[in-house]
Amino acid sequence: MEHSNIQQHIKKYFYVFAALMVLTVITVAIASFHLPIAIAVTLALIVAGVKGTMVASYFMHLISEKKTILIILAFTIFFFLGLLFLPTLTEIDSISRNVS
Amino acid sequence: MEIPYTIETRHDTGLYNAKLGIWLFLASEVMLFGGLFASYILLRTGASEWPHGSTYLNIPLATLNTVVLIASSVTMVMSWASLMMNEFKKFKIYMGITILCGFLFLIVKYFEYSAKFEHGYFPSNNTFLAIYFTLTGLHGLHVIGGIVVNSYFWGAGSKMWFFQPKRFTNRIEIAGLYWHFVDLVWIFLFPVLYLL
Repeated sequence: MEHSNIQQHIKKYFYVFAALMVLTVITVAIASFHLPIAIAVTLALIVAGVKGTMVASYFMHLISEKKTILIILAFTIFFFLGLLFLPTLTEIDSISRNVS
Repeated sequence: MEIPYTIETRHDTGLYNAKLGIWLFLASEVMLFGGLFASYILLRTGASEWPHGSTYLNIPLATLNTVVLIASSVTMVMSWASLMMNEFKKFKIYMGITILCGFLFLIVKYFEYSAKFEHGYFPSNNTFLAIYFTLTGLHGLHVIGGIVVNSYFWGAGSKMWFFQPKRFTNRIEIAGLYWHFVDLVWIFLFPVLYLL
């Protein structure tokens, strides 16, 4: 990263900080409505996803990172999703049996 | 013997070695927390009833901790940006604030844990508390690890700035990547445990 660019980056860091603060307030506000659980989970994960993406893109500089790292992360995301769906996959035969 | 690729980038990866190293480590960390999140989903979907986080947990304190940790991520990236601008004194200030925020997070966590124990809430009580203590405990250990590394770079480790400034700047970037990851994990833990 060039030294001359750094001032612009610093501006971005503070914009991201402000956005993260607003999104934190939104996260807590959504929870106070006591929405049905499916909607509450979806909304909470969307907001957390946006916040996480902002941290990774700007603070961790993924937005301008080298291809090698993005490839490593693509594998990581693939296996991470595999982990998350593993509990569902172990029950897939019983789910389909119940449906039929 | 000189360690290669601490400053200059390798042809094949396009990176200095430490950056590749930290990202591989963070990939393994994603899998560590991913396994625990998967356990959480399995346990929660399999449970006949599940308490709302606010039944046991203190949302205002956790919100404060979220703000503290996000603020510390900003000061962390600013400490690196200060080195990029050759401002060592500013680096010391920003890194110092980052470390203090880390301690503040742990102090709030200490009060949270103490309140749980006083009420007789332990991991053995139920599945919710078990997963709460496991996830926040592991996250807390990561915060402690980050504080140790950041304190070294703030103190004795910062001498490197005077004879290898570029290498030291890279070290701060690497420490920052780890610290932001710890922040990122908390961003997901907070709604999942406290608000749902």
